[in-house]
Amino acid sequence: MMDTTVRLPGLTLKNPVLTASGTFGFGLEFEDFGDLRTLGGIVVKGMSLKPRQGNPMPRVAETACGMLNAIGIQNPGVESFIKNKLPHLPWEDTAIIANLYACTAEEFGELADILSAEEGVAALEVNVSCPNVKEGGAAFGQDPVQIGRVTEAVKAKARNKPVMVKLSPNVADIGVCARAAEAGGADMLSLINTVTGMAVDLVTRKPLLANVIGGLSGPAIKPVALRCVHQAVRAVKIPIIGLGGIVTARDALEFILVGAHAIQVGTANFLRPDAAFRLVQQLPKDMEIIGIGSLDELRGTLVLPGA
Amino acid sequence: MKLCKKVKVVDVRPFGQPMTAGPEFFELRLENPGWDEWKPGQFVMLRPTSFGLEHVWARPFSIAMCDKQELTLFIQRVGRGTAHIAALEPGDHVLVWGPLGTSFVQEPDTHTLLLAGGVGIAPFKGYAILHPKRDNLRLVFAHRASARCYPYEQLADAVKAERVQEEKPEHLARVITLLHERISQYADGLVLACGPAPFLTTVRKYALEYGARCQLSLENRMACGVGACLGCVTPGVDGENRRVCVEGPVFWAQDIALGGGK
Repeated sequence: MMDTTVRLPGLTLKNPVLTASGTFGFGLEFEDFGDLRTLGGIVVKGMSLKPRQGNPMPRVAETACGMLNAIGIQNPGVESFIKNKLPHLPWEDTAIIANLYACTAEEFGELADILSAEEGVAALEVNVSCPNVKEGGAAFGQDPVQIGRVTEAVKAKARNKPVMVKLSPNVADIGVCARAAEAGGADMLSLINTVTGMAVDLVTRKPLLANVIGGLSGPAIKPVALRCVHQAVRAVKIPIIGLGGIVTARDALEFILVGAHAIQVGTANFLRPDAAFRLVQQLPKDMEIIGIGSLDELRGTLVLPGA
Repeated sequence: MKLCKKVKVVDVRPFGQPMTAGPEFFELRLENPGWDEWKPGQFVMLRPTSFGLEHVWARPFSIAMCDKQELTLFIQRVGRGTAHIAALEPGDHVLVWGPLGTSFVQEPDTHTLLLAGGVGIAPFKGYAILHPKRDNLRLVFAHRASARCYPYEQLADAVKAERVQEEKPEHLARVITLLHERISQYADGLVLACGPAPFLTTVRKYALEYGARCQLSLENRMACGVGACLGCVTPGVDGENRRVCVEGPVFWAQDIALGGGK
């Protein structure tokens, strides 16, 4: 029996496969396509204190081996999540991780206070890196001082829930941002969020997104994600959850090799709605093929030139 | 219950064109994915194996018909994704998830007007076949390409039907005039429409004007098809976004704001 358990600060996952925020709704949308309880965890759609309608349409566009989105954190608000979604999720059998979005450190703290009181919430993921909203997100994500401040604000209200800070790749030095989150008290990091990008239509001469600029995700960004995880692993001591373009179990294992503790499956959920479930099934088989009995045997064993 | 299944292509049958590779208008016949039930107006997400990693989205298509043996879709090739689908051959595999979304109401004893614009004719094939009182149905088909490019003749054999072609922009007026006239005759009936956004906006305007109960089937770019990505939303009259893939694609006309207005 292959051991796929992942032990993180204050959070044990039965396997390293989480679904990425914004790509898996509140999980319930995928119940027909697999057993949610088989997942290592579900990071639900980013939520704010009050409901948000998000950005104008069009707000998604397909690009080569990827897609752009500028949804703008459309969500029903934290109270609706707690009342209408959380009770229906199998939180006793899989880790439900809330993704927090706010415009100020104070609001982040307020959100953390509300969500950390919920037994069904296993951990908090702090979205300091959404590129698609003018206020908040992006500005926080590119400023190490703000990352530290927001992390502290969430951590102060997180009770016993572990806090995961989600970092943006759209920065000069991801190591600096990683260290800022660690210094702010983050228990772990998740990276990367989307890479800013745009697409245009030569016939209409318009951008494909109403927001003009959006976030690129999918297999196209996997090399960027691996590079960021590689650099972040070397910058901090806290565990890192890797994401960005993961489609197959082998992709997932590449992130573990580079040093990630667990991974998130994002855009692959759009390639097919059972992608995350299939990845969980395939993972032990691929571990056997590469000759490892546990993820610990592989984690961070990347052989660098000159080593 | 929605299913995600790999199924075999039975046939790719071009409409109105010789049997050449990569037709522009075609019927795609697939093995039945093992569905228990479906309703006209619902759709599927379709992903040919040849998409590989290049196309991260499947493509949404209205269900034209589904019986015990086969699922039939009617498709117009418009971009790189549908070009892959047009190039499918019998025996190839595709991934299909569905049936998805809402469906058209069926009221056997109500006079029902079916308004189809272009490939928007697709869901009305199944609607007509499964309707217990076809005498109560009437189809108006507005199209740009030749009528032979669409499954119009099949439908015209089953229900009272008429068509209007918009070969040039100047012909738009006669499409609008016909829609206006027919909808005005169905004020006490049911109006069901599927087609491009400007077509639906016109239908909605006249349906609301004459007080006809009206359902519209919308289309939008979709990443997931199951309500997760929030990429396909359309605003409701209350300002709240509706997901076309879950709360739609079929909406009551009075519930959604089309064309920017109410």
